[in-house]
Amino acid sequence: MADRFASVDDVIDRLRDVAYLSDRGIGGVVFLADRLEKPVLVEGPAGVGKTELAKAVSGVTGSRLIRLQCYEGLDEAKAIYEWNYKKQLLRIQADREHERDWETVEADIFSEPFLLTRPLLEAIRAEEPIVLLIDEVDRVEIETEALLLEVLSDFQVSVPELGTIEGKQRPMVFLTSNNTRELSEALKRRCLYLHIDYPDLEREKDIVRVRVPEIDDALAEQIAKVVGSIRNLDLKKAPSISETIDWARTLLYLGRNEITPEVLGESLHVLLKYQSDIAKARKELGVEAPAAARK
Amino acid sequence: MVDPKLRHRFEALVEFAEQRRIGSGGEVTTLTGDPTMLDVLQGFVHELRTAGLPVSMTENLDAMRAVEHVPLDDRDTFKAALGATLVKHHGHAKVFDTVFEVYFSMFSPGVDGADTDGAEGEADFEQLRQAMEASGAMGQVSNEELARMLLDALMNMDREQLRMLASAAVSRYAGMEPGRPVGGAYYLYRTLRQLDADGLVEQMMGQARLDDEVGEGAFDERLAREDFEGRLKVLKELIEAEIRRRLVADRGVEAMARTLRKPLPEDIDFMHASREEMHQLQRAIYPLTRALAARLAQRRRHRHHGTLDFRQTIRHSMAYGGIPIEPKFKRPRPSKPEIMVVADISGSVASFARFTLQFVYAMQSEFSKVRSWVFIDGVDEVTRFFDEADEIGEAIHRVNTEADVVWVDGHSDYGHAFETWHDRHIREVTKKTSVILLGDARNNYHASQAWTLGEIRKRARRLYWLDPEPRGYWDTGDSIISDYAPYCDGVYECRNLRQLQKFVADVVEA
Repeated sequence: MADRFASVDDVIDRLRDVAYLSDRGIGGVVFLADRLEKPVLVEGPAGVGKTELAKAVSGVTGSRLIRLQCYEGLDEAKAIYEWNYKKQLLRIQADREHERDWETVEADIFSEPFLLTRPLLEAIRAEEPIVLLIDEVDRVEIETEALLLEVLSDFQVSVPELGTIEGKQRPMVFLTSNNTRELSEALKRRCLYLHIDYPDLEREKDIVRVRVPEIDDALAEQIAKVVGSIRNLDLKKAPSISETIDWARTLLYLGRNEITPEVLGESLHVLLKYQSDIAKARKELGVEAPAAARK
Repeated sequence: MVDPKLRHRFEALVEFAEQRRIGSGGEVTTLTGDPTMLDVLQGFVHELRTAGLPVSMTENLDAMRAVEHVPLDDRDTFKAALGATLVKHHGHAKVFDTVFEVYFSMFSPGVDGADTDGAEGEADFEQLRQAMEASGAMGQVSNEELARMLLDALMNMDREQLRMLASAAVSRYAGMEPGRPVGGAYYLYRTLRQLDADGLVEQMMGQARLDDEVGEGAFDERLAREDFEGRLKVLKELIEAEIRRRLVADRGVEAMARTLRKPLPEDIDFMHASREEMHQLQRAIYPLTRALAARLAQRRRHRHHGTLDFRQTIRHSMAYGGIPIEPKFKRPRPSKPEIMVVADISGSVASFARFTLQFVYAMQSEFSKVRSWVFIDGVDEVTRFFDEADEIGEAIHRVNTEADVVWVDGHSDYGHAFETWHDRHIREVTKKTSVILLGDARNNYHASQAWTLGEIRKRARRLYWLDPEPRGYWDTGDSIISDYAPYCDGVYECRNLRQLQKFVADVVEA
C-alpha cells in the first residue's frame, strides 16, 4: 500500500496547490488509486483536464511523469522495448576479426547496452518515484491493448531474451480515453474508472479564478455562466476548460470587466473553433457579429 | 408533529454510527468488517447485476477493498469508490446513481457536495435534527409562507434550506400513504404541481428584476433564465430524492429497486423509446459511427502492406554497408468505402425511422461517401438534406416535408420502391459500395420484386438488411423478410444499441 496521500481532502488540497481543481469524485478516485495500487482509466469529453490530472498528480507527489502517447499502429517496439539492431549489426561486423563463437556474440548483443527502453519499460525500471500516463489509449487497436495488460495488473514486462522485468515500485498509472471506441473488458477490469465531465458553474468559476488570478469574481462568474450556456447548445465541439481560460485571459487583455453581447461577439472565436458553431451560438444567444466581420 | 419515518431514519443512523464507533477506534472504518454492511453492499452489487451491469467478481472484490479506505460519512467519496470499481461505462452511470440512492439513502440526509469532513457524523445528526424540527415547525407555516421561503432559498441557492423545504413540501403535498401501490413519479407530480414548479422560474426572474440582478438585454435574460432553470432542476432532484427515501423506508430497499429498474441505454427499444430516451440514443449513436469510421479507416491502412519498394529498400541499406536490413514497402492506397443507405420511413416504423435518420446523419458527417435514400412506396434521394443541414433536427424536418416518397397511397411498397431504386441507381453501385437497407419488410401484400436485391448483391461489395422488429415477428402477417434475406450478406435484428453495436462490429470484421 502506497501512502502518497493522507486522505481524500489531502488529495483535493494538494491538487489545488498546483492549480488543479478537483472535486470529491476525482479526489476520491485518485486517493483510492494510491491505496489500492490500481491504474485509473479516465474518460470524458475532450478538454476537461484528463491528461492535466496525471500531470498535476505527478507535480504534487514530486514524481517524474513518463508519458506514452498512443496512436494507431503503436506496437511493442514503440511502447515497451526494442533491440537496437543497428548497433547490434555494427557490433557483429566489428567482431568479425576476433573469431568469437556465436554464443558469446549472442549473449553480448542481447544485453543491456543494446536495449532501447520505451516508455513502459522505462517506467518499470525507474528508481525514482514516477507517474505513468498512457494517453488516448482508445487510439490503439484492440489487439495492442493486450500489451498493456501485463503492465497494468502486475507492473512487469516480459522480454524474451532477458526474462521478466519487475517494477521496483508501484507508481500511479493514469490511462486516458476519448471514447472513440469501447475499450476491452479485460482492460477496464484492471482499472478504476473515472469519468470527468465538464465542470459545473461553481467549479468552472473556481478554475477560472485559480488559473487567472487577476480576474475579479463577478467576471469569473459571468464567464462560467456564459460558457455553461454555450455548452448547452448542440455544437460540433463544445468549449473545453482550456478554452474557457483562454477566453478569460482574452477578456482581461482586452480590458473588459463585463460580458455584453458585443464583447461576446468579438471574442466568440476563442471559445468555438467551427464556423458553424460560432454562427449557431450567435443566433441562439442573440449576439451580433463584430462590425469588421459584417462588412 | 415529527414525521415518524424521519424519526425511524434518525434512529437507524444513530444505531449505525454507534456500531461504527465501537468498531473503528478512530481509524478508518472497516465497513466490510460489519456483517450487516457487507450484506447491504452485496445486495447493492446484486441489484446492479440484475439491472444489467456487467460487474465481475474481481470488480466486486475491488469495491469491497475500496470502501475500507473511505469514511462512510463522506457520502460523495463513498459513492465515488463504489462507482470507480463497479461501473466502467459512462452510459451505466445513471442506473448506478439510482440504485445507489435506493440502497444508501439512509446513510446521509442526501446533500450532494455537502461539506462533510472532520466530525461529519455529528454534523449529519445535527442537520437531520434540524430538519426534523423544521418539518415539525412547518406545520404552522402557511402554504404562502412556504412558497415564499422556497423562493428565497432558490434565489440565494441555499442548498441546505432547499433540502429542508423539499422535505416539508413532500410531507405536505405529496399525500404519501404507507403501502399505497403508487410510483414515485405520481408523488413527484403532485408535489411539483402544488408548488407551481412551472411558474417558479418566472417568479425567480421577477424577483431578480426587482433586485436589479438581471440586465435588460435578451442576452442577460437568457443567461439568468438558464441559471434559474438549473436551480429549479436542483429542487426537483431534491424532492425526487426525498420521495424516494420515504418510499424506501416504506417498501424496503429491494422492492424499491425493482420498481425503479429501467433498461440500460443499450437495451432501449428503438420502436418504443420515449422522447428523452431518444435523445439519449442520439448521443450514443455518434461515438458508434465514429467507431465505425475509425475502424474502417484503420483496416484500410493496416490491412496489408503494399508491394516491396525496391528503390527505398536499397536507399535505406546504404546506412548498413549495403545490407538491406529493413525492407521498405509501398503504402497501400485503398479506396474509400462507399456506403448507400436505403431506409423505410413509413408509419409502421416511424420511431425506428427517426433513429435511422439520426444514424444516417451521423454517418454522413463521418464518412465522405455516404448517400442516402428514403422510401414508402416511392423512393427519393435525401443525401443533400443531410449534407446541407447544420443539425439533425433540420435534416429530419426537410426529409419529412420535402422528400418525394409517396407513389400511390403512402403505404409501404418495398417492391415498387426497390424496383424504382434499381432502375435509377443500379449503375452507380460498384465493388466498393456497401448497401444498407433498413425496414421491417412489411409490404402490404404487394409484390416483393426480390430480384432487384439480387442485382444489387451482384454488383455491390456487401448488402445488409437491418430489421427493427423482434425476430419472432419476422414473416408474420405481411412481413416478407425471408423473400429478401437470401440476397443479403446478413439480415440483422436491430432494435437497440447493443444489436447495432454488434452489427457495426460484424461489418468491420467482414
